[in-house]
Amino acid sequence: MTTSGFFHPALMLIIGALVLPLIKEPFRRPFLVLIPVLTFINVVWLGFHQGTYGILHFLDWQLTFGRIDSLSNAFAFIMALMAIIGTIYGLHVRDVWQQVAAWFYVAGSLGAIYSGDYLSLFLFWEMMAFASTFLIWSNREDPDAPAAGFRYLLVHTFGGLLLLMGFVLNYQATGSIAFELLDYDNARLSTWLIMGGLMLNAAVIPLHSWLPDAYSKASITGSVFMCAFTTKTAIYTLARACAGFDILIVLGVIMAIAGIIYALLENDIRRLLGWEIISQVGYMVAGVGIGTALAINGTTAHAFAHILYKGLLFMGAGAVIQATGRQRFTELGGLYKKMPLTLLFVIIGGVSVSAFPLFSGFVSKSMIIAASYEEHLLWTGFLLTMVSAGTFLVAGLRLPWLVFFGNYRGDTASFAKAADPPWNMQLAMLVAALLCFIIGAWYPLLYGLLPHQDIIGDYHPYSSYHLSETLQILALTGVAFLLLKERIGARAATYLDLDWFYRRGGQLVLWLARNPIQWFDTAWGEAYRAVGLFSLMTTARFWSWFDWHAIDGLLDGSACGVRSFGRLLARVLQRGQIQQTLGYTVSFVALLLFVYIWL
Amino acid sequence: MISLIDYLLERRTPLRYLFYVLVFAIVVWSLTVDTSHAHTWLERTVPGFWSLFGLGACIVLIFAARWLSGAGIAREEDYYDN
Repeated sequence: MTTSGFFHPALMLIIGALVLPLIKEPFRRPFLVLIPVLTFINVVWLGFHQGTYGILHFLDWQLTFGRIDSLSNAFAFIMALMAIIGTIYGLHVRDVWQQVAAWFYVAGSLGAIYSGDYLSLFLFWEMMAFASTFLIWSNREDPDAPAAGFRYLLVHTFGGLLLLMGFVLNYQATGSIAFELLDYDNARLSTWLIMGGLMLNAAVIPLHSWLPDAYSKASITGSVFMCAFTTKTAIYTLARACAGFDILIVLGVIMAIAGIIYALLENDIRRLLGWEIISQVGYMVAGVGIGTALAINGTTAHAFAHILYKGLLFMGAGAVIQATGRQRFTELGGLYKKMPLTLLFVIIGGVSVSAFPLFSGFVSKSMIIAASYEEHLLWTGFLLTMVSAGTFLVAGLRLPWLVFFGNYRGDTASFAKAADPPWNMQLAMLVAALLCFIIGAWYPLLYGLLPHQDIIGDYHPYSSYHLSETLQILALTGVAFLLLKERIGARAATYLDLDWFYRRGGQLVLWLARNPIQWFDTAWGEAYRAVGLFSLMTTARFWSWFDWHAIDGLLDGSACGVRSFGRLLARVLQRGQIQQTLGYTVSFVALLLFVYIWL
Repeated sequence: MISLIDYLLERRTPLRYLFYVLVFAIVVWSLTVDTSHAHTWLERTVPGFWSLFGLGACIVLIFAARWLSGAGIAREEDYYDN
């Protein structure tokens, strides 16, 4: 894998993550910054040396770990950049396993982006799912986090299975595992299965409910990482495999609208942001569905911009949660007096997502909308523009209003201790905020990274017509907010979503298991014990004694040796904590993979 | 920065009028912008189309959200707790 100077960036992060627990202060923090920076430099270097690297023959298949072209380069670039920002944001975190999980997670994302075949894609895909589950489990503040982690893991395991079934069927039909554009006109079952698996990670409705659930339960740093990688990696894979699938246009528009409507209602700061991710990713899904060069450029640009401003908003939300211990709007408010800098960063994130001129959303979102008009999809263009107004309403106005203005609605103790976060969190927010502005103001920097360079010159975001359109919408959204803001105020409620089926359905299964099934099992067990077990056990005990003492002793005592080693192994590795067992397993698999690739 | 926000919050009524003046200015300016590159016929014929559209969009979204929450998706906060 080191052939021709190619060293996989994901491998750097995996090695870093494996070494990290052994490194102590004062070297830990420099190391934490060094590894993502090196990874980023590696990604940039690869961007200048595009090509196919890391080809490996495994059984009958050819695995490609390094397909670096303009599309994968743009996504890998922003992922590696976000890894630096996220790591700086979490620099103060003492729980080293959070950082390890985060790096494995980013490694999975980079690996998936660079992979050129379904097998390696699947490996990295699952690495992302498992590693990010640990980012939810690492939240010790929320008693519901373990359950949320399991829900997340189960949903993603289901998505992984869809994907795997699709790959297998696709291989059976075509004899190839190359990860290429699927044939929409001759779509088979495998096409839909692959699309479904990718869609689940992009939180496409109706496979979306895991997102607000998980992102509101993850640890503070964990949610900053999660908001960037899973959905946007999935957007990359969709752009690769499903560009031009027009069903995605409809699904994307539904996501954009439903996401913003739920975000107008939500009472939890990170659930609101989660719904807004669904809404914004809806633009990208629609862009993939349109599939023209302009639309794919727009999708890439919007994913790039989105990772930065959404990361910024999640960092701001994390700062508020860390300072107050509260994440519901009904327990927040008036915090500008305590956290002015956080307010400033949240507003910059808000105006960026709302597509204010000079900020990143303005130059990226509009490209997807322009692509839909260009393809004469007028209703798509109009509905997505409607959602732009809603986005400003939610992220630019409702969120800062409910968190930073009005009266504080929580207890006085949590207000008294609220303050702007430590320097490293501020630095990460500052970097993200500056990038949001730089991309919006000097947009050729971003456009230079986009996959279809031949049409870049045809699109100009700062035309006077586009400016007047955006300013009118923003201005009148402000007016609507002033008139109607009380209708979207803070309200203590949970809003039902499709996760009702597995959360309530799960409770039903649990009730069935606890009551009728358990009763039957107990009754059956009692009957068996009374009738059959006694005589069986007496005979078995005799033969066990005979085998153990007579035969093993006669040979070499190996059974006793194996048993005592097994007990030791069970004490160390199997503590009955599924999190630990999973952690060991994933690390072991990663290590094996690493050894295999290396040798 | 805190004192600046306090200063502004104390003058919220004049600020609000200033905002309305700004909105008015934007709408008036938009009437002078060349619409020959607009996407659709509607934008070329209706003056200030995007202002009306923006206002309408917000009203539609807010009332859709209110209607949905009234239609039964809103539950008490501890709904999923056992």
